[in-house]
Amino acid sequence: MIEQQTVTIKVCLGTAGRASGGADVLSIFQKLIQLNGIEAQIDKKCSYTKVGCRGFCSKDVLVDVIINDQKVTYQSVKPTMVEKIVTEHILKGEPVADWLTKEDYESFQTKQHKIVLGPCGEIDPESIDDYLGMKGYRAAEKAISKMRRDEVIKKVIQSGLRGRGGSGFSTGTKWEICKSQADSTKYIICNVGEVNRPLAEGNPHAIIEGLLIGGYAIGSEKGFIYIRERYHLSVERLRLAITQAKDKGFIGRNIFGTDFCFDIEFSFGTEAFICGEETALMESIEGKRAMPRVRPPFPVQKGLWGKPTVINNAETFSNIPLIIGKGARWFSSIGTKESTGTKVFTLSGKVKNVGLVEIPMGMPFRDIVYGIGGGMESGVALKAVQVGGPSGGLIPASMLDMGLDYENLSKLGSIVGSGGMVVFNEDDCIVSITKFFMEFLQRESCGKCPPCRIGTKRMLELLTKITEGRAEYNDLATLERLSGLMKTSSLCGLGRTASNPFITGLNHFRDEYLAHVREKKCPAGVCTALITFSIVEDRCKGCTLCKKVCPAGAVSGEVKKPHRIDAAACIKCGACFKACKFKAIKKQ
Amino acid sequence: MASLATIFGSGAMTNSIREIEGNEVIFIIGSNTKEAHPVIANAMIRAHRKGAKIIVADPRKLAMCRFAETWLRQRPGTDIALLNSISHVILKEGLHNAEFIEAQTRQFDDWKKSVEEFTPEAGEKLTGVPKEKIIQAARLYGGSRKAAIYYGMGITQHVNGTANVNAIANLALLTGNIGREFTGINALRGQNNVQGACDAGCLPNVFPGYQRVDIPEIQEKFEAAWGRSLSARPGIAASEIAQKALDGSVRAAYVMGENPVLGDANVSHTKKGFEALELLIVQDIFLTETGKFADVVFPSSCFAEKNGTFINTERRVQRVRKALAAPGMAREDSWVITELSRRMGYEMSCSSPEGIFEELGSLWSALEGISYTRIESRGVQWPCPTKNHPGTEHLYKGGFPRGRAAFTPAPFERSAGSTDAAYPFILNSGRNLFQYHFGSMTRRVPLLESHAGEAYIEMHPDDIARAGMQDCDRAKVSSAQGSVVLRVRSTDRVSPGTVFIPMHYAEAAVNMLTSDTSIDSFSKTPGFKITAVRVQPVREGE
Amino acid sequence: MSNDREKQKTVRLRINSQVIDVPEGRTILEAAKEIGIYIPALCNHPMISQSGACRVCIVEVNGTPVTSCTTLVEKDMEVITNSPYIEDLRRDTIDLILSDHPYDCMVCQKTGECELQELAYSYNIRKPLFSGERRIYDKKDGNRFIERDMEKCILCGRCVKICDEVQGVGAIDFAYKGFGTKVCPPFERDLDCEFCGQCVMACPTGALVGRDWIGKGRYWKIREVDTTCSYCGVGCSITLHVKNNEIIRVSSRPDSVVNKGLLCVKGRFGYGFISSPDRLKQPLIRKDGRLKAASWEEALDFAADKLKKIKEAHGPDAITGLSSARCTTEENYLFQKFMRAAVGTNNVDHCARL
Repeated sequence: MIEQQTVTIKVCLGTAGRASGGADVLSIFQKLIQLNGIEAQIDKKCSYTKVGCRGFCSKDVLVDVIINDQKVTYQSVKPTMVEKIVTEHILKGEPVADWLTKEDYESFQTKQHKIVLGPCGEIDPESIDDYLGMKGYRAAEKAISKMRRDEVIKKVIQSGLRGRGGSGFSTGTKWEICKSQADSTKYIICNVGEVNRPLAEGNPHAIIEGLLIGGYAIGSEKGFIYIRERYHLSVERLRLAITQAKDKGFIGRNIFGTDFCFDIEFSFGTEAFICGEETALMESIEGKRAMPRVRPPFPVQKGLWGKPTVINNAETFSNIPLIIGKGARWFSSIGTKESTGTKVFTLSGKVKNVGLVEIPMGMPFRDIVYGIGGGMESGVALKAVQVGGPSGGLIPASMLDMGLDYENLSKLGSIVGSGGMVVFNEDDCIVSITKFFMEFLQRESCGKCPPCRIGTKRMLELLTKITEGRAEYNDLATLERLSGLMKTSSLCGLGRTASNPFITGLNHFRDEYLAHVREKKCPAGVCTALITFSIVEDRCKGCTLCKKVCPAGAVSGEVKKPHRIDAAACIKCGACFKACKFKAIKKQ
Repeated sequence: MASLATIFGSGAMTNSIREIEGNEVIFIIGSNTKEAHPVIANAMIRAHRKGAKIIVADPRKLAMCRFAETWLRQRPGTDIALLNSISHVILKEGLHNAEFIEAQTRQFDDWKKSVEEFTPEAGEKLTGVPKEKIIQAARLYGGSRKAAIYYGMGITQHVNGTANVNAIANLALLTGNIGREFTGINALRGQNNVQGACDAGCLPNVFPGYQRVDIPEIQEKFEAAWGRSLSARPGIAASEIAQKALDGSVRAAYVMGENPVLGDANVSHTKKGFEALELLIVQDIFLTETGKFADVVFPSSCFAEKNGTFINTERRVQRVRKALAAPGMAREDSWVITELSRRMGYEMSCSSPEGIFEELGSLWSALEGISYTRIESRGVQWPCPTKNHPGTEHLYKGGFPRGRAAFTPAPFERSAGSTDAAYPFILNSGRNLFQYHFGSMTRRVPLLESHAGEAYIEMHPDDIARAGMQDCDRAKVSSAQGSVVLRVRSTDRVSPGTVFIPMHYAEAAVNMLTSDTSIDSFSKTPGFKITAVRVQPVREGE
Repeated sequence: MSNDREKQKTVRLRINSQVIDVPEGRTILEAAKEIGIYIPALCNHPMISQSGACRVCIVEVNGTPVTSCTTLVEKDMEVITNSPYIEDLRRDTIDLILSDHPYDCMVCQKTGECELQELAYSYNIRKPLFSGERRIYDKKDGNRFIERDMEKCILCGRCVKICDEVQGVGAIDFAYKGFGTKVCPPFERDLDCEFCGQCVMACPTGALVGRDWIGKGRYWKIREVDTTCSYCGVGCSITLHVKNNEIIRVSSRPDSVVNKGLLCVKGRFGYGFISSPDRLKQPLIRKDGRLKAASWEEALDFAADKLKKIKEAHGPDAITGLSSARCTTEENYLFQKFMRAAVGTNNVDHCARL
């Protein structure tokens, strides 16, 4: 019976898969299967950043076992588990039921709409043949050898594709403006950000192909991939993909027998948030300190070394071969009228399923949180969702039925930004969250313009004042005024959006701010300066547990008699609160 | 400046500093522009940022090399071979400006023969500059019609300095890069008012305005103006004074604001000469090395203590204004001269600087249209013959004053002062950024002195190692003329086998080493740039 | 030149309701200046490329706030430079800058010519609304020329750009990020550069000043004398700042014809020789082998007598004169006239060849 089988085993070898021991799992599979004489075809399978393989890294190492097209997926596979899977499943045909993925995996996967992430986890990212097998580079061939440049651009415009990295400007229009510039030298840059790592690791050729088509469309012979050197696996796989594409003649001189020539160069960025800002990114490629330039002139007019330049991120480029290959109409049928296609987010926070998700534009937040995310973790109610990284707006529970697209995000005072999506629950303090993000932003400000450099600092100081109970009502007005200044007067997007969490937070959670400012209370019980722990005498059984766990010696009392907390000595660590079995400790 | 004057009729920058930013190609030869003329270097850097290509030709790796499209490191004293080779390539590649040559020059065919032998290969052999670079420079300079040459003392202070300038002039004539905006042969003059001193006639063979003393009509004109009969015999050059003093033909010298003891080649010889004088009058703001030999010293006022004009390297007449009272009994030079003249029986009528300037203008048409009122806020460039004339940004617009300009063959001869076993290094000298000239001013600025107050010799690290020394060691540098002791500075600015000493430091005066016998026969300029020396370590206690 | 300008295309726009025709390619800031409308700007400088960093020159264009130093004029633009909305934004940006700036104007060298102080004054910002932590730095740069007080630095970037773009040196750049961003030499070493002081000239505040200027005099208490530099042949226009018959500083006007306000280390900082104690203050005559003080009468008579005697005995050509490229044109003219007419020889020369 074994002879009739075809067996395919796909092991997650992304960054998280590797970290969880994926390489060992794969080699043990190889060894055992060779030993057992099974003709198995063993593929390496792609995976994602720390968010996970197929977006589900928390269950890494994920292993697909496909026998005669019958696929099952094992989760949390350890090297020691491989032998049992081989003997019971592959040899005897009985899957190890306990180790298989559960319902949450299914709901996580099926509610997504994976078009760019689709091949990730399905094909070997280190094999160009795998990519060619899924019609890879056909779109590039079609564009370059059969379509005029303006036809390519027209198609991209028709698809409605908008930049996946930042403000959501029409990709086709951007290309068109760049193409129309008189300068004969043009550049095209692909920015590979944090959220793009799974794409680079899982399907690098799609990025390369998109960049190639973009280069052709705007009339550029030189593309750059801008990436942090620290993203080792992304760099490695992109580099390999470029080498393979060069060998096949997809990159180089006279591509597809035309007179189009194109080359791709790496440019390694520094560890700075500002490098995501496209003009700062260009400064960085030019070897200067990454500080944004004033616009206009826009990069499409005067970009890298003063030449017309298109910058798109890896996700945008990954969509291009699909648009050329499957058509603009197909693409625009996904998503909403104004926001077509899909968008990749990193879903995290207080939801059950965290991970990398690709959703069709316009999907309601509720479906994302309760469908893909599997609902709230540990039953605490949802308070807010934040979209777009540290400078994204806070979206309250009351607005969860809105669809996620560019228009609504803008209405909600948020951005697509870096593609982060964090879910907060009622245990989270809005002021503390805002302060946390402001801390990051003020540290990452490039220092060029005062509204951002000093403004973020002053906002942080004022937010700190609020969380420490030192704020006055006036401080909220000062914060609002400062936010307004930063939004209009900052040089670049970093400063202009830095106040988003504050503005949206104050809009939707004004009471929480007022509680901090007026009553010096933190309703969520997070701001240590504003909370007090006390013991409810009626409930205290005098078990002494709180006294034992208190690191500051602030609890006193005799056995079987109600205890007391000395407020002056209390360091508000919450150890007693967690330890008490009788809910006798009150946090206010 | 003798040579430029011969060819074109005057000895200044043909074009303007303003035009630098419009140059497409900037050819710098024999000028350490960034240190000796820093603000002109600023203009060149701005031009570079606008896309101008810079060619630097210099044996030293100068600061301007950073901005250069190509740097030609010719061996010291081989400028003519280099320039002739560049001309050769321009001719061979047809980059010359036939129309211009036909219309405005003469003796082209004769000269053409003289550069035939200077193929890029021959050029490489003679100069050490790879032939590719010679060709590249020729294509850059010859390929542009907005190309300008800038040169300094690195060209003139050679035994064959006049021929060097001729070779430069030929290059400009060949390409027609002269007589138009953004072109020119631009001598970067070393001192604030060299141009003014020349223009005013402080030269032994000409009256003010380069009017020759030995032409009778001119002589008559000045005799009429000054009311005295004047000598038609050209005088002696500054560099000849010491020798003439020693042989007794010169017995008195009146030195105003100059320090020939340090300035002339071969200091020990010069000292002897000045000692031999019967009368030495020195007029200065400090007691200079020369002043120490004086019989009479007149204390004078510095630039901040008097009114007048300076004429800069682009022929711009600009105002100097009195800001301070001179210290003690010090008086303005003009007062001293007038007083002395009166005592000599010649009463000078002119009273104010403005009056003196007008007298000069009445004798030389190039300045006639300029008055103090006109240059109140901004200077005017001569020639400016009438009150309504706007001044002249670039010379020779539409032709040369003496008709066609002649190509003058520049024969290449190996420079004297070549090395031998006893003196194996070629010594070059010049300026650094922080000091000026012989230091009588800058060395009395505590700020500058604290930063760059010590004499040094630039030497290649390999040579330092070979001599058994280390960076910052003290070394004795000797030539056939004398020796100095100074600190070694390890740097690859100089190539192995060559060394460089800045001219500013009296305690290690480079002219202790230079030779007074190697003088350009035409311009009388000493060959400061090439002297054979040896460098030895100095042990403690020496 | 003027013909070229006339040929240049112009665009018509309105600034504060005033209709103006401006050549294409000008910025709003430049256009406004031409019709006498002042827009404050702290990072803009005519010698360097546009930066748009300080955000103070913000104006409204068709209702949208933009930086006027970087926005080029366009046809039919409606520019408003002074609406309450814009003035508030501007005020608040200045307020932020002041909130991180020492309030020690009374002892600051730059007082009275500080662009930030001027703005604080005109916007009447006594105490910043957005007060908070201020950067505190040690002044640890040991260089002799330039005092670098980085607490006063507003990070406009003029110094960085002028050093790189104009001087071609690049001795300083921005370091660190966020609130702690700082302009400094590599690795915060002491400044070791050409010390041209273009950065000092460009600095809008007291962050960069000449070390020797400190405490020597307030700018409104000095006399300014425009003259020409006495060093190399470039002929830079300089302005001497005079107080009590002493030069306490040298600067150059930005509209100076040759150098446009740029100077080198000697021109800007090399004026100390003028007041050197070594200056000759009285005539000297050699007596018994030694130079001894004399009156002008004595010295002049002595020299004239001797010259006359030598001329009589050996002829005028036994006397030679050496003039100076450091002296004025007029003095040189007089000198050669003296040699030729009074002495009677053409033996006159100067150091042209050096």
